[in-house]
Amino acid sequence: MGVGLGNEMMRYEAPESTKAAVKLLAGSRDRARILAGGTDLLVQMRSGMPEPALVIDIKHIAAMGAIKREAGGFRIGAAVPSAELGEHAGLVKAWPGVVEAAGLIGSTQIQGRATIVGNLCNGSPAADSVPAMMVAGARARIAGPGRRRDLPVEKVVVGPGKTALKRGELIESIFLPKRPARSGDAYLRFIPRTEMDIAAASAGVFLTLDRKGICTDARVAIGAVGPRAILVKPAAKALIGTPLDEAALTQLAAACSAAARPIDDKRGTKEFRTHVVGVLARRAAVIALKRAKGE
Amino acid sequence: MSQIPVTTTINGDATEFLCEADETLLDVLRDRLELSGTKEGCGTGDCGACSVMLDGRLVCSCLVLGAEAEGREVETIEGMAEGDTLHPLQKKFLEHAALQCGVCTPGFLIAAKALLETNLDPTETEVRYWLAGNLCRCTGYDKIVRAVLDTAAEMRSA
Amino acid sequence: MPDQGQIATKRKFKLVGTRPVRPDGVDKVTGRARFGADMTAPGMLHALILRSPHAHARIKSIDTSRAERLPGVKAVVTRDDFALPERRDLVDICYNVMAREKALYDGHAVAAVAAVSKPVAREALRRIKVVYEILPHVTDVDEAMKPNAPILHKDMRTKGIDPKPSKASNVARQWEFGHGDVDRGFTEADIVVERTFKTAATHQGYIEPHACLASVGSDGQGDLWCCTQGHYMVRNACAGLLGMKVSQLRVTASEIGGGFGGKTTVFIEPVALALSRKAGRPVKLVMSRNEVFRATGPTASSSTDVKIGVKKNGQITAAKAVLRYQGGAFAGSPVQFGAMTAFACYDLKNVQTIGYDVVTNRPKQAAYRAPGAPLAAFAIESVIDELATKIRMDPLEFRLLNAAREGTKSSYGPTFGPIGLEATLEESKGHPHHLAPLGPNQGRGVACGFWFNFGGNTCVSLNIGEDGTVCLSVGNPDIGGSRASMCLMAAEELGVPYERVRTIIADTAALGYNEVTDGSRVTFAVGMATIKAAQAAKVKLCERAAKIWDISPEAVVWEDGHARPAGANAGTFKPMSLADIAAVAGSTGGPIAGHSEANADGAGVSFATHMVDVEVDPETGRVTVLRYTVFQDAGKAIHPSYVEGQFQGGAAQGVGWALNEEYIYGEDGRLQNAGFLDYRIPVASDLPFIDTVILEIPNPGHPYGVRGVGETSIVPPLAAIANAVSAAAGVRHTQLPMSPPRILKSIMEKRDGV
Repeated sequence: MGVGLGNEMMRYEAPESTKAAVKLLAGSRDRARILAGGTDLLVQMRSGMPEPALVIDIKHIAAMGAIKREAGGFRIGAAVPSAELGEHAGLVKAWPGVVEAAGLIGSTQIQGRATIVGNLCNGSPAADSVPAMMVAGARARIAGPGRRRDLPVEKVVVGPGKTALKRGELIESIFLPKRPARSGDAYLRFIPRTEMDIAAASAGVFLTLDRKGICTDARVAIGAVGPRAILVKPAAKALIGTPLDEAALTQLAAACSAAARPIDDKRGTKEFRTHVVGVLARRAAVIALKRAKGE
Repeated sequence: MSQIPVTTTINGDATEFLCEADETLLDVLRDRLELSGTKEGCGTGDCGACSVMLDGRLVCSCLVLGAEAEGREVETIEGMAEGDTLHPLQKKFLEHAALQCGVCTPGFLIAAKALLETNLDPTETEVRYWLAGNLCRCTGYDKIVRAVLDTAAEMRSA
Repeated sequence: MPDQGQIATKRKFKLVGTRPVRPDGVDKVTGRARFGADMTAPGMLHALILRSPHAHARIKSIDTSRAERLPGVKAVVTRDDFALPERRDLVDICYNVMAREKALYDGHAVAAVAAVSKPVAREALRRIKVVYEILPHVTDVDEAMKPNAPILHKDMRTKGIDPKPSKASNVARQWEFGHGDVDRGFTEADIVVERTFKTAATHQGYIEPHACLASVGSDGQGDLWCCTQGHYMVRNACAGLLGMKVSQLRVTASEIGGGFGGKTTVFIEPVALALSRKAGRPVKLVMSRNEVFRATGPTASSSTDVKIGVKKNGQITAAKAVLRYQGGAFAGSPVQFGAMTAFACYDLKNVQTIGYDVVTNRPKQAAYRAPGAPLAAFAIESVIDELATKIRMDPLEFRLLNAAREGTKSSYGPTFGPIGLEATLEESKGHPHHLAPLGPNQGRGVACGFWFNFGGNTCVSLNIGEDGTVCLSVGNPDIGGSRASMCLMAAEELGVPYERVRTIIADTAALGYNEVTDGSRVTFAVGMATIKAAQAAKVKLCERAAKIWDISPEAVVWEDGHARPAGANAGTFKPMSLADIAAVAGSTGGPIAGHSEANADGAGVSFATHMVDVEVDPETGRVTVLRYTVFQDAGKAIHPSYVEGQFQGGAAQGVGWALNEEYIYGEDGRLQNAGFLDYRIPVASDLPFIDTVILEIPNPGHPYGVRGVGETSIVPPLAAIANAVSAAAGVRHTQLPMSPPRILKSIMEKRDGV
């Protein structure tokens, strides 16, 4: 519009390779943002936050738009919208908890755009897909000016809105490993309505059973009850060695509530979130158990 | 260089426009292409009034950059009827009085059409969850859900 | 004209009561209908408003010079561009439209710019420098009434008390209604329940943000396009604020994307006009959703004490309520209506209500569907429910025993004529919903509600075309199917097919003053005017037939869409249809039209009973609405689908109000949830189908028996849901919204014996 506005005009680029995206990102002096689904980025741009100097649309990078089988697991490109996860029969069968969590991010409209990598990189403590990915043992593949590196999902977010990514780095894909036999995952969140809200508390559970139905391995993560989603080891411990009987489930809930460090805000009180995160973990564990048993 | 030239297809018509890098598809449709049937209720993806189809997927056009439309296909409410023949959903919305003020209606119709394209036999619950991203403040959703279910039934038997 | 003056109960209708497609339907399903933001003009500028980030602050200075120097900026306005109007009723509106010495709430407009594009306008706002002196603020109604509360208006003295107070207060006015002796009544009671209730402020939540396009020429003539519930009101208010003559400002109402009362005043329209006048170019101004929440009318929040006494046999002996409503930064909360409607459902010997209209540092409230009544009904109907439980009476029977009926002296003064409260209660008693079993953690609630309904100034014009079609011009925006209702009534009265009538919404230059679309007045008042205009046209049609037949006009009657000789003595002539007469109108005296101008009186009051089943998750406090039925008296349902729609929409808004919606303020007095993400209106998956039962107890004040239906439907839901939740959770809930944290806390406290 050429009126000499104080702010530099934003640029839009749509590179066709990861290498080109990294080059743009590295050359941007931290003023670039990655555009995948845009469902957080465009809201932030509108909210009056400083506009990025450069937006890098990664949807033209072929590898980032695909879900591929790899080593018995799945590699999900950073530009794959949540809706495609739910349409991938193999993924739904292997990691229903992750798919359901991704399916909870916003409305049908949002589902057509939002990605799990975006959900992760936005750094919200209430991101739905993050606890589910954490318990599934998901790893993020990071591309940058140096060599590619893999990082467990739980190490990506370091605080609200902050990630462990270095300058010029972006997440290229998420790897979900091969799911062991007799295992199952589940994710639940609490929102006041049935849809369209941000989680007030959330919990993901993954567990593996032996032939007798005793839990041999478990991972439990909680979200929206602290500065970032976390794995709760005592909660996992409460399940291991048990058939997920009443006592184990009660302990699981208590461990999750004990690990919660929520705040009071417009989405819930401390007291409420602390209690409900335990309830959700318990309910998620029961679903994961059923899945592990193939019920 | 300031504005970005974009070549796209809108409601089947090849379309070219210029837009700013930070301009949304919604603003392009409404302000540059005079397709004002797509409405803005919130600008943050929370109300669904700006629903359009982008390469066959339902999206909020307020959360898409205009520049992203390059080489893609956009469908809006203006392209829903074929000539003077209304889409069955449009007819059923009228028959069931599924609109009061009508400002959310284009978004609901686009979203409901997307549903019926993937599932022609949805349950009431499926309809309600699919449409949860479309806010209506007038109707309590009752007649909208009935209109969608009735359209599906009619299209199944057609 | 034998069909004139027939009473509604006996009348057989041909079209009224059917469900044709609305005439504006195709436009609205194809995207062709033009709403507030859909209009453009050549040379149009884009405007934006700068808003106060502070809840209460003295505006020490506003420097707009850097913004004015920015290329592309064509006009900037501030308080200096708005002189205080002469009309006293516009003074607060003026102050609300543009802050003066103080910003009174987070979101209060401070300045506005018009520029060649939105980005330039945005940059211009960043360049305006406002120096604020932050003052202590208050947003809670009870806090605002305390003696040491920060005072918003140093000249505010509480009205309605004698002697007039000398000290400034945040209480703008005290109201009192009632009759009998409540103190004596309470001594006669066997059981008295006394409780305090609180409700949060909720927003009307229309999906279309406010939008307008203004154009004022150097000749002082102006045109304004805007989404509003009343363009005549907009014209008069804007003319008053800008010092224009009403005839110089023509306002055209766009299609309106919801209002619910929230579009019955002006916010951005005077600003756009002022900018246009200054810039000499058309100016478009559209609010963002954030601005809609921060700066337009939510309804009041409230705090209410209720005391009701009852005999063991179920007879209420006395009822009292003290209501405190905050209505934002200016006087005018709907506490008066709260106090008037609170006990309107009951036949009471001793009743008293006292209302306090309180100001706080929040946006000025705007009407919201039956303003003031749902808040009061929540409190009263909750206590009624509790009393029914205490005396072990079915809550419907208890209400029936004490119900207002024809001849009851209402708690707010007038004596009721024929009313439908008992009919809604009787109908609900026998309904399958009432007889259905409930599961664990489930509860059923019922509540009643009342709304006055308004009439008011109305002017319509009906023109008959040469081809026998009819064009009806009305002056009220069609907010939910009113064109269809008007077409039905005109066609019914004229005896022509529905499709031959077209109703348009005329601009302010075309008709006399029409009051805003509020008070559920349109189907009643505009409908009555339409019928009268059609009757006037029929008189003319009969006269023309008489002229053609060369007989006396008295010898012609209008029947079934035709002029006919009144009887054998009149002669034998082939009846002439409306089309036949219209075709030769040019040679019989010119165009044929009917008009009606009146201040419509006789709006019939309306009652409803709502029944709702909910389930409460005892581990999380989440509420699921399982089943909902509305029983309401419509007088006469002109287009039953749109009557049902009003019932359903009111119930749905009530569900939101009861469970999740609330204005949340931080310690800093800023609104925390100015968006649809955290201001949680019900989504489709939150609700079940909402069943409706339309009762028709004709309103004697309308030729077809119509009563307004739009507002009564939001009066009972808050209490009905609260009663259901209280039953399901086993704890009485007295505060809205009944959000999951609040419900879970109550369940846990009960479990722990707190």
